Amino acid sequence: MSDGSIIETDAANRPAPGTTVVGVRNVCVDVAGRSVLRDITFDVPAGQFVGLVGPNGAGKTTLLKTILGLIEPKFGHIELFGSSGPRRGREAHSVGYVPQRHAIDRNFPATVRDVVMMGRLCCLGPIGRPRRADWKQVDDMLDTVGIADLRARNIGQLSGGEQRRAMLAQALCASTRLLVLDEPTIGLDLPAEHDFYSLLRQLQADLGLTIVAVSHDLVALAGEADALICINGHMHIHGNPDDVVHSHAIREAYSCEFNFLAGELALHEGGGDHDH
Amino acid sequence: MLEFAFMQRALLAAILVGAVCGTLGFFIILRRLAFIGVGISHSAIGGVAIGLLLGIDPLITAGIFAIAVALGIAVVRKRADLSEDAVIGVFFSGSMALGIVLFSMNHGYQQDLFGYLFGNVLALSTTELWLLAGAGLVVVATIVLALREMLFIAFDEEVARAYGRPVDLLNSLLLVLVAVTVIIGVRLVGVLLIEALLVVPAATAALWTNNFRSQIVLSAGLGSACGVAGLAGAYWLDIAAGGSIVLAAVILFFSSVLIRGRG
Repeated sequence: MSDGSIIETDAANRPAPGTTVVGVRNVCVDVAGRSVLRDITFDVPAGQFVGLVGPNGAGKTTLLKTILGLIEPKFGHIELFGSSGPRRGREAHSVGYVPQRHAIDRNFPATVRDVVMMGRLCCLGPIGRPRRADWKQVDDMLDTVGIADLRARNIGQLSGGEQRRAMLAQALCASTRLLVLDEPTIGLDLPAEHDFYSLLRQLQADLGLTIVAVSHDLVALAGEADALICINGHMHIHGNPDDVVHSHAIREAYSCEFNFLAGELALHEGGGDHDH
Repeated sequence: MLEFAFMQRALLAAILVGAVCGTLGFFIILRRLAFIGVGISHSAIGGVAIGLLLGIDPLITAGIFAIAVALGIAVVRKRADLSEDAVIGVFFSGSMALGIVLFSMNHGYQQDLFGYLFGNVLALSTTELWLLAGAGLVVVATIVLALREMLFIAFDEEVARAYGRPVDLLNSLLLVLVAVTVIIGVRLVGVLLIEALLVVPAATAALWTNNFRSQIVLSAGLGSACGVAGLAGAYWLDIAAGGSIVLAAVILFFSSVLIRGRG
């Protein structure tokens, strides 16, 4: 791990503590004519790690994509860093995105360095050729996420956990202030999941990042996040993880009882369809 | 064979077209656009027929028509709730049908039609060679300038979009480059076989190396080498140059599969 001096996201670039980084205002989203999100409203303050949870089909990924500007809300709007207009070029990359990913084509013809450099395209000149400083930024970020030794390997040859770290480096190697992750630990074993969350917490502290992470794993996220938001088509509860996991609202959202001491949940009724 | 001026021009055209097709072919393979390539190249027949009927240089009308089809595929693909294959199939068959109907209105064009379908590189003029070189340079320069952006879109289109990259513009640009390259290659191998030069050298290169830089260079080199080998074979065996060039590329591909097969 390297020190924070190499990171562009320096103190001057950080939003002041307490200011709202993500403002979701009465957002309603339809997908293929079906209402997926209804009247979602919440704020994410600067520097906070927020976990977005809910059962399958709750609309977690849809909400994440709406925050990223990939889906237009039917009603309501999203404010990022106090502005609701479209973000362009370098400004667009103030938000880093680590998508849910099943597998990268093992023959994709690019090295880890090349893939991470994709995250810096907004910072390159009109000819699009990386300069020495850009490569240094990429190498430093690979060092920060702990896969500097894999930089020359092809991206498809890395393990799932290593690929997740490469995507994290890609998401962070521009002037990133908000990090959005969709199921970042899916497919990872428990130690790898713990390591990944530890890395996120360290990046949050070192870079002053605001983090919004979606996970189906309520138990794991409750142990890591500063706040939890539970949705199931509409808002169920938003608060500190301890209050949320012991609330009636979360049992209602999941239609089940949780036994956190045993790390188990008992289904009362209903399952859920595919996530959106 | 190089004592003839027409053979010198043909050889230069084969090297140029092979290199341009090989360079663009890298993205055709990476983005799995082979069927779009077939659709755009075959649709050029409609443009050739319009040119012959109106007395305009068929390569100009074919170029305009192929670019229109490429952009049409891009627009309909984005707007219609249909599979990409279906949209391409509609454009592809519709353009070919238009070409066949127009050709049938004047039987005197059938000899010309044969040249556009299967290529007629030995009839290439010096002016055409210069135009071909200019257009080829534009295609290669565009790819070099947009290389990392296009690679990003191939890696993850959604993330590229989230980061504000001009994804729709670059996707349309790629299809326009295919249309321009088809027109560049019509004289060498014809509308029906140009797709082979877009796909086969790039697929062969992907068997030998897994880095985008070396794949592009190798693909361009193999495209040129197949052009030269095919043209030489056509000269010595007195066979059709277009078919000979494509066969050279296909033989090289299967040889590579035997040696390098990924299993």
